[in-house]
Amino acid sequence: MQHYSGFGLVKHGLSHHENWQRMWRNPVPKSQYDVIVVGGGGHGLATAYYLAKVHGITNVAVVEKGWLGGGNTARNTTIVRSNYLWDEAAWLYEHAMKLWEGLSQDLNYNVMFSQRGVMNLGHTLQDMRDIHRRVNANRLNGIDGEVLDVKQVQEIVPIMDCSPNTRYPVLGASWQPRAGVARHDAVAWGYARGADALGVDLLQQTEVTGFRISGGKVLGVETNRGYIGGKTIGVVTAGNSGVLAKMAGFRLPLESHPLQALVSEPMKPILDTVVMSNHVHGYVSQSDKGDLVIGAGIDGYNGYGQRGSYSTIEHTLQAIVELFPMFSRVRMNRQWGGIVDTCPDACPIISATPVGGLFFNCGWGTGGFKATPGSGHVFAATLAEGKAHPLAAPFSIDRFISGKLIDEHGAAGVAH
Amino acid sequence: MLHIYCPYCEEYREEEEFRPKGEAHIARPAEPEATSDEAWGDYLFFRKNPRGLHHEQWYHAAGCRKFFNATRDTVSYQILETYKAGQQPTVTAAARAAQAAGKGVAK
Ligand SMILES: Cc1cc2nc3c(=O)[nH]c(=O)nc-3n(C[C@H](O)[C@H](O)[C@H](O)COP(=O)(O)OP(=O)(O)OC[C@H]3O[C@@H](n4cnc5c(N)ncnc54)[C@H](O)[C@@H]3O)c2cc1C
Ligand SMILES: [Zn+2]
Repeated sequence: MQHYSGFGLVKHGLSHHENWQRMWRNPVPKSQYDVIVVGGGGHGLATAYYLAKVHGITNVAVVEKGWLGGGNTARNTTIVRSNYLWDEAAWLYEHAMKLWEGLSQDLNYNVMFSQRGVMNLGHTLQDMRDIHRRVNANRLNGIDGEVLDVKQVQEIVPIMDCSPNTRYPVLGASWQPRAGVARHDAVAWGYARGADALGVDLLQQTEVTGFRISGGKVLGVETNRGYIGGKTIGVVTAGNSGVLAKMAGFRLPLESHPLQALVSEPMKPILDTVVMSNHVHGYVSQSDKGDLVIGAGIDGYNGYGQRGSYSTIEHTLQAIVELFPMFSRVRMNRQWGGIVDTCPDACPIISATPVGGLFFNCGWGTGGFKATPGSGHVFAATLAEGKAHPLAAPFSIDRFISGKLIDEHGAAGVAH
Repeated sequence: MLHIYCPYCEEYREEEEFRPKGEAHIARPAEPEATSDEAWGDYLFFRKNPRGLHHEQWYHAAGCRKFFNATRDTVSYQILETYKAGQQPTVTAAARAAQAAGKGVAK
């Protein structure tokens, strides 16, 4: 792998940047792998990278039906935070946060992780009580967090309407200074490049159409490019996880919904943090390119169409304009949708399945980008050992039978 | 914007008047005391979540405030029929397969 550095940039400048190495190979599938990862989004690519790097398992394929990182990874609004209420969730997301903090160095690839802070606004007395409770829980878990009053909120975000005259006045906020945003594509590409360099085969335009199963154990996957054998198979297909589960003969406690986002035309710097509100239901940040990145909740119906309803977008923009009246004159540039796999308790499923050798990592729903490094890290360990990593164990599918849910709904109504 | 026919109001209305309420035709376990944890978990949480035809409940929240059912394609989002609560769908994956076989289309 070609090492990236400032010196290298100057050197390639001398040859007009015409001799950069390709970031990864485009290999022909082998007939048999030790591990097959289905789904080449951030989570799948991170899984493959840590399998090779931490566990020395390099006979690995990532099978992706489209192009790398073209699913929710490329469609998300990149908010990264770890201020979850319950211990199990907080530990998992904080594990990811610690990996984020060294990720660009580890991958030798700039993922543009920017710890600009995330603010979750409170608009009612109950919001503020929940914020106090969550921040206290976070601090007991060693996760940074503060409760801000409305004056402190206004100091950090002077352009927000914090007057008492709005329909839902801002009363305060929770504030996680270490939280922020990262460049979504760079995360997928950085992991892909790192995994490829360690010997992982990245198979694009390869769609899994079925599983070959014998005696209750998985043998491999059927694809549009033929059969590929794998001793262990990890499925990381986000919104399409239910479709893959059906191929393997079982159901999941998941429903797939459209989740939309939109960006404005680029502007001069105006907002240097991330503002989220569960109550009026919208969130906004400004990308390094200058566009406002705006999103909110899912469309209520099930859908696989990677687009949602205008009414959802309209409600989101109402909330944003209420909070930031000056944005009412900003023109929107693009709008899109991704398909998110929502789980009844708003927590992921990282689990063995009724089929031997077949594992699923899904259910991240509206908020899995932030977990990408941690999810890949614990799923790689789970696939390598054949049993759940301690941080992943509480997220087994069995919790929907035992009733031991990890209910994060109250903690994050707009869970990104 | 979806345009939805309410079988009670007998009119097409805009999506914003309605609330989707998830998979239809899920029967509550008849004998709660005799139902296993697996069956309860299945009833409460596990869903078909199909890519294709979905029979689902809708609630006419800003209209007659009645629940009804719809058969909708989850990829195109096209609504193929709506029918009253307690009725069964006529557009189903099985009916479509049978129709295709009858026409000799499916090979
Ligand atoms: C609009 C929007 C905003 C969001 N905002 C945030 C946010 O601010 N912060 C946050 O933390 N999270 C956010 N999320 C959620 C986040 O994007 C996801 O949880 C996360 O990216 C999931 O990563 P993944 O790698 O599991 O999925 P994906 O990136 O979707 O990857 C799954 C891959 O599987 C492939 N696949 C599917 N079926 C098959 C098959 N049969 N064979 C082969 N390959 C297959 C797909 O092509 C896809 O590339 C947002 C999501 C959306 C849609
Ligand atoms: Zn009606």
